Amino acid sequence: MSDHAAAAHLETSTGLDSRKLAIWTFIGSECLFFATLISNYLVHKETWLSGPGPFPHEVWKSPSGQVFEPIIEIPLVTLGTALLLFSSLFVVLALANAQRGNRRGLLTWLAATLFCGIFFVGMQVYEFTHFVHKGLTLKTNLFGASFFVLTGFHGTHVTIGVIWLLTLWILGLRGKLPAEKSLNLEIAALYWHFVDVVWIVIFPVVYLIQ
Amino acid sequence: MDAHATPTTAAADEPSHPSSGTYVKIGLVLFVLTALEVGLYEFTYGEHAGATGHALQPFFVPLLLALSAAKFALVAMFYMHLKQDHRLFSGLLIFPLIIATVVILALIVLEAYHFAFARSG
Repeated sequence: MSDHAAAAHLETSTGLDSRKLAIWTFIGSECLFFATLISNYLVHKETWLSGPGPFPHEVWKSPSGQVFEPIIEIPLVTLGTALLLFSSLFVVLALANAQRGNRRGLLTWLAATLFCGIFFVGMQVYEFTHFVHKGLTLKTNLFGASFFVLTGFHGTHVTIGVIWLLTLWILGLRGKLPAEKSLNLEIAALYWHFVDVVWIVIFPVVYLIQ
Repeated sequence: MDAHATPTTAAADEPSHPSSGTYVKIGLVLFVLTALEVGLYEFTYGEHAGATGHALQPFFVPLLLALSAAKFALVAMFYMHLKQDHRLFSGLLIFPLIIATVVILALIVLEAYHFAFARSG
């Protein structure tokens, strides 16, 4: 059905569903939020004078003679990235099943999405703990501050997404997410995809670009 | 009057979304693109990077950004349904993205200028 035909049935000033318009407006504002954090990281990542630095394969010696081993673990982060990408696939499959009224498919794919999301958050908790043990904290240097703020805010977004999807999974389990209410899942899925596309930008910028 | 249509009407009026098969194909493409990103990194800067890898270093960042942009576009177009949905939604994503890109580039240029100026005394 064309957009105009669909819009004719929705009695709003735009002819579009207000909830969907709201989530897209929110996503637009979030683009600007993460742009400032990414700029902050790019500007400050190479201005550190003490503590571990951002380069994964380089041993760095500080002016005071301290030697710092590389701290970023690319294989682990790559696994987290792959799972976050797959979670986007899983949530869209869950939505397709919700729209068809297939409750079992909805619950299965939503559970897979939740597994990937929880793994990603766990990966970040491990990574942050590992960094702190290696001497990199928010206060160590500008690289540390900008790194933790950028990836920490993203991790917070993933955690909120996990809680949101878990709520929908429980509703689905109780039979309270029928096909007619699939828009509730579509809105949560849009948020989840946004969290995914932000990581698509953060992953090369933070972990791969020297 | 209620600002929303009844759920049944809204669901029925949704523009048709891609099939599950299309979603899986897009997922595989995204996985391959991620593997290419990491492979490119290992080939260019990894512990066993050779002479060819070193020669690729000037192209590393543009290639990585191109791969990242391709992944971003695929997720936005197919998984977020921007390809099928109303154009207003695309505008709500693209317009802030343009501003975001300008902000990032402006800050990088400003900082590069600052450092060049500071270093030259």
